[in-house]
Amino acid sequence: MSRSRLTQSNRTGWTMALPGFGLIAVFIILPFLFAFGLSFTNQRLISPNPTEWVGFDNYRQLMGVGVLTLEPERDDAGAVIRDEDGAIEYPRLRGFTRGNPDYAHLDGMREWTSWQWGEDRVVLLARDVVFMKAVVNTLTFVAVVAPVQAGLALVLALLINQRLRGINVFRTIYFMPVVVSIVVVSLLWRFIYDGNDGLLNNLLSAITFGAFEPVDWLGNPDTALPAIMAMSIWQAVGFHMVIWLAGLQTISPTLYEAAEIEGTSRWQTFRYVTWPGLRNTAVLILIVITMQAFALFAQIDVMTGGGPLDSTQTIVFQAVERGYGKQDISGGSTISVLLFLLVLTISLIQRYLTRERN
Amino acid sequence: MATVRLKDIRKRYGATEVIKGIDLEIEDGEFVVFVGPSGCGKSTLLRMIAGLETISDGTLEIGGRVVNEVQPKERGIAMVFQSYAIFPHMTVRENIGFGLTVAKAPKAEKEAAIQEAARILQMEHLLDRRPSQLSGGQRQRVAIGRAITRKPEVFLFDEPLSNLDAALRMDMRMEIGRLHKELKTTMIYVTHDQVEAMTLADKIVVLKDGEVQQVGAPMDLYHNPANLFVAKFLGAPSMNLIEVEVAEARAGAAVVKNPALDPIELPCQIDGLRAGEKLTLGLRPQYLHPSLDPSEGKLHGKVKLTERLGSETVVDLELTDGSPLIAALSEDAVFERGREVSLTFRPEQTHLFKGAPDQT
Repeated sequence: MSRSRLTQSNRTGWTMALPGFGLIAVFIILPFLFAFGLSFTNQRLISPNPTEWVGFDNYRQLMGVGVLTLEPERDDAGAVIRDEDGAIEYPRLRGFTRGNPDYAHLDGMREWTSWQWGEDRVVLLARDVVFMKAVVNTLTFVAVVAPVQAGLALVLALLINQRLRGINVFRTIYFMPVVVSIVVVSLLWRFIYDGNDGLLNNLLSAITFGAFEPVDWLGNPDTALPAIMAMSIWQAVGFHMVIWLAGLQTISPTLYEAAEIEGTSRWQTFRYVTWPGLRNTAVLILIVITMQAFALFAQIDVMTGGGPLDSTQTIVFQAVERGYGKQDISGGSTISVLLFLLVLTISLIQRYLTRERN
Repeated sequence: MATVRLKDIRKRYGATEVIKGIDLEIEDGEFVVFVGPSGCGKSTLLRMIAGLETISDGTLEIGGRVVNEVQPKERGIAMVFQSYAIFPHMTVRENIGFGLTVAKAPKAEKEAAIQEAARILQMEHLLDRRPSQLSGGQRQRVAIGRAITRKPEVFLFDEPLSNLDAALRMDMRMEIGRLHKELKTTMIYVTHDQVEAMTLADKIVVLKDGEVQQVGAPMDLYHNPANLFVAKFLGAPSMNLIEVEVAEARAGAAVVKNPALDPIELPCQIDGLRAGEKLTLGLRPQYLHPSLDPSEGKLHGKVKLTERLGSETVVDLELTDGSPLIAALSEDAVFERGREVSLTFRPEQTHLFKGAPDQT
């Protein structure tokens, strides 16, 4: 073994690492630290005013929530006043949230959602309703996409993991959407989802012999987010299928033979041989999908722009929208930091739940 | 307990035939070893008996029932693999009881079967361990335990000791021998190791290129090999093969010679021999006795190397015609390098085969 001075020298090592390390430092570590710092200021993208330190104001602004129980308006006899339609009348919300010294903690908040509680009306208030909707939408997206995409990818991988003639054609077909840019995919699916003459509406009405009423999939607050979920699952399922496939192929064929001799059914083979062999793959896939799902942005940006009625707002979309759209770089940074903490927490929980138990 | 009968069994992959028509009868309770070099088809044959490979042609009977199209679990067999094939995420107990778990047997019955297998294999204390905490020998024992709980009519072993180190291999070999004596079940065992074949088998089946070379008891094969391949394959060090020329053919015997061998009359069963024909003389190293007196022996050569093993001395010789020869003495002896020696042997301990040695 020749141990030249080149491999021994510390300085050489650092010099070699510098290009990669430098790029990571400039484009990942530094912006990350910047985001942390900026989130405590009122910095704007372009502004004549000097930057001020505002502490946790940005966080308070984003995360402030409150609950207000409104009691019905009553007449002098104490009976509930109803309007012409019979609906109970309540005092105006503004009376509490705008300059009411008795409700200072609710000042500046707006209604997020409300529900009936007996005769009372409970109002959930948020200082930043759009952000709250973005959080809920993102969590919904993750909660649906992570299991469905992982499960579907596993099913595809199991189907593909056979020695059949022409199986590679299927592999290629399932993997193809992964290779296409998400922006292109989103544009294409906008045509598919089109409310007037979209492929999906045409297809559904053809199948049902015209009985199906066309839906404006992306223009309807009820269908916009599910539509984007479906497309996102379809787009990336091939990628996770390939990871599952790699996991499947590490399982020793002899284990399957041993199981076959013991007479396992197909389900038992999956349960006792395949699934335990895929443990580590499952952890990896779950974490990767979760992180990708939290970063949902391109589909929203291309397909809906957060609408309709904020039904497809997401955390990353909000971060970009605020930071660059509204030039509120400190607000955008705050959202980024919150997203980081959220993903970190969920990843840690997932790691804890899927830890090796021996 | 069951007999196994193979009738003209064949296996083809496309146009290539890898098992070329095997006929074999395995008696109830017999320990049969398939032995042969790698690629001879012995594992394929075993996997066909197990039902892991389809049978292209011929019939396979287990216990008098044709099982060509029967699922592995219905064949009454259990198999032990070279790579153990025990489930890494299950404890030893779960592994051993796996067959019964799959069959949804009652808990008490399963536990009894597990205890019984553990007792037979002396591994009661390992039941709650995981495979990653076991040595290779213990893992193979778990695999055997899993086979035992199936209560099979036929045990199939596919090179079960090949992944073990030498010392463990001997222990496990004895263990498997003991198991056979205790269970008295039919066992079919595949190996490329002739020591395992010789020590374990009631009957050895020597295979080469998908064909049976010889079937018989170990000592039968050792003393009366049917052909050059069997002769060379069994015994260690392997048999010396020397090209000789027939000087004179007699009834049931032949006088043979070569430049290093003085003419000698040896028993010979080959018909129609003529003077001048080339034959192969097989001499087991153990039956050669070197002597420093050149007038004493019939074969002449020089010592090239001596390996002293204590209980045995292996002498590597170069005959006067330049061909190599190995002699094994059952005692510790010193032979200096370069010494001229002559070797004696008994005519009845020799083998004559048709053709020259390199035709094997």
